[in-house]
Amino acid sequence: MDTATAPTQTNYINVAHTAKSWLLTRDHKRIALLYLISVSVFFMIGGLFALLIRLELLTPAGDLFEAETYNKVFTMHGVAMVFFFLIPAIPATLGNFLVPLMIGAKDLAFPRINLLSWYVYVLGGLFTLAAVIGGGVDTGWTFYTPYSTAASNTHVILTGLGVFISGFSSILTGFNFIVTIHKMRAPGMTWFRLPLFVWASYATSLIAILGTPVVAIAIVLVALERTLHIGVFDPTLGGDPVLYQHLFWFYSHPAVYVMVLPAMGVISELIAAFTRKEIFGYKFVAFSSLAIAVIGFFVWGHHMYVSSQSAFAGLVFSFLTYLVAVPSAVKVFNWTATLYRGSISYQAPMLYAFGFLGLFLIGGLTGLFLGALGLDVHVHDTYFVVAHFHYVMVGGTIMAYLGGLHYWWPKMTGRLYNEGWAKFAALMIFVGFNLTFFPQFLLGYMGMPRRYHMYPEEWQVLNVLSTAGATILGVGYFIPTIYLLWSLKKGEVAGDNPWGATGLEWQTQSPPVTENFPVTPVVTEPAYAYAHQEKRFA
Amino acid sequence: MPNGHAAAHHEALQHHFDSLQQQKDASTFGMWVFLVTEVLFFGGLFMAYILYRTWYPDVWLAASHHLDVTLGAFNTAVLILSSLTMALAVHAAQTGNKNGTALFLVLTMVLGVVFLGVKVVEYSDKFTHHLVPGPTFQFDAPYQRTAQIFFSIYFAMTGMHALHMVIGEGIMLYLLVGALKGRFSAAYYTPVEIGGLYWHFVDIIWIFLFPLLYLVGHH
Repeated sequence: MDTATAPTQTNYINVAHTAKSWLLTRDHKRIALLYLISVSVFFMIGGLFALLIRLELLTPAGDLFEAETYNKVFTMHGVAMVFFFLIPAIPATLGNFLVPLMIGAKDLAFPRINLLSWYVYVLGGLFTLAAVIGGGVDTGWTFYTPYSTAASNTHVILTGLGVFISGFSSILTGFNFIVTIHKMRAPGMTWFRLPLFVWASYATSLIAILGTPVVAIAIVLVALERTLHIGVFDPTLGGDPVLYQHLFWFYSHPAVYVMVLPAMGVISELIAAFTRKEIFGYKFVAFSSLAIAVIGFFVWGHHMYVSSQSAFAGLVFSFLTYLVAVPSAVKVFNWTATLYRGSISYQAPMLYAFGFLGLFLIGGLTGLFLGALGLDVHVHDTYFVVAHFHYVMVGGTIMAYLGGLHYWWPKMTGRLYNEGWAKFAALMIFVGFNLTFFPQFLLGYMGMPRRYHMYPEEWQVLNVLSTAGATILGVGYFIPTIYLLWSLKKGEVAGDNPWGATGLEWQTQSPPVTENFPVTPVVTEPAYAYAHQEKRFA
Repeated sequence: MPNGHAAAHHEALQHHFDSLQQQKDASTFGMWVFLVTEVLFFGGLFMAYILYRTWYPDVWLAASHHLDVTLGAFNTAVLILSSLTMALAVHAAQTGNKNGTALFLVLTMVLGVVFLGVKVVEYSDKFTHHLVPGPTFQFDAPYQRTAQIFFSIYFAMTGMHALHMVIGEGIMLYLLVGALKGRFSAAYYTPVEIGGLYWHFVDIIWIFLFPLLYLVGHH
């Protein structure tokens, strides 16, 4: 609410205009925008495949695709969404943009490696796109052996290479964040003054550097087994396909926390800013991120209750799965406590935060159903599982991603979007989402298996509801694309701090200069000092 | 960030760091974080090794005898020696000894090439004896199937290690060019130091691989 930024002021966007200045940039903010564009492309590709899935499931008969084609469609939906959208979305766009700004640094510790990570991501994406164009892949996003090594005659290697390569972009980003947060904090920015988004990004980065290499080597072994007949997972030689599942889920379960931890970080920022309060139990929320990262590494066996894993191992994994719900619950309780007697303003980013709270709660609690040994056997590989992980990944991660994108949009672009349209889209997404995925809980509980393109007629009503919801959801996602792009030219000039929020990123101009801060800031108070701020303005 | 002000205008100082000391701390810490990633990368293979060695101890014993302990031991000695020359290169860089840095880097590279050469001899020996997994694989009954898993893991682990050695040679070459151009001094030798960390790490991996693969039957 202070000095309006004249559009002619030098900032990181208008400082240079050539294509080269973007493609060879080392500025974390420009790299964040490059990532924003590329993850959006993959979101659209993944969304297109989702649309095809819902179209096929509109009727009980398999009238749109052959079974084999349908296998490819859901595989490519999963690969595009998981590896090329959900995993990089928040860390590589919002994280890249915000981590240096929030800690008062000029850039990430390794700007060239940051640029490299984007090129690695694009290269991995191109491999995957080549596989899609060349006829697709049908193993499911999990690439289970021995189907992926010995049976499937689709583009397993090309897709696997794409996933392998893009994994390094997430390792490089995580590694950069860890070093940056340790070594680049501004004077006075102690660990317990860090915004909770930074804590969440730190925990996410730990998972990325510890988990990703394991799935990388597992995928390499699958590729070697297909090409050179190296036989580590080959049951005909006495190898164990379940070893692949262990190596895969050792990363891919924690990968769920790579998606949702930064989302939780965003929610902490949104709730503090729009209730104008300090986050209740800051240290508990900060440490719960680390707890999730650590415990999250010891729960992967809950994906394998019906594999050859021993009943004892299943018991231990079930117990640990319940344990990892505790820090997640700590966060939700603390956010709720923050709302209590806050001065809440219902602006678009806050609507997304509320959406997150509701959907994540359902997604999290149904996760406990699936973590229970007995119940999991009943709903294993049904639409119950599909609904559960969409509530967490889409209802959690994408709600927070969109909320964060709206909240920091004025900082990234210097412009305000249209608040009315933003609220309308947020509402539509919430309604569309629930209509899409809630019926799937019911379908799954009744026994509808995932990954089939046909189903008995009595399940059609719920499937039609789900497809109708997906249509609303699709339109809901499309609306922000229009008004956000529109705001770039026509939006109201935002000013440095349109929300009156705390945090170093709001103390510099919008959009920031290349080096972020004209003078290195000195931090003298904890994060979310809204009480002090109100006094100052009073 | 404290001190380092005297060195603040050093040509190697990148714009986003306040001091050379901060830059060095970040780079060194970054290499350690990267090495943690590498440990997990090899960790997946070690996991496979543990599983199958537990399942098939007799196969491990029989198959391990087809590896050449002499060549393996020789290579182990070569790598330990190369770690010494690497450490001497770092020391020379720290003390601003330009020629010493270049000399020890060259020695490290030569030892690395010797290691890879011996590896080529060993691999081609496996080819001639039909010990490469796949349709041509031959092994005495009753282990003709399961022995393939041992050699799969052997090739995967030593191949991954050799790939890291090749990358290490590239890093050494980069450091050598830098040393010859006089880019390093007592005030700035971070690249040599973190290149050294990488080289030692690759050596340590081999220190684990040698007994696990070659010495299964030698108590």
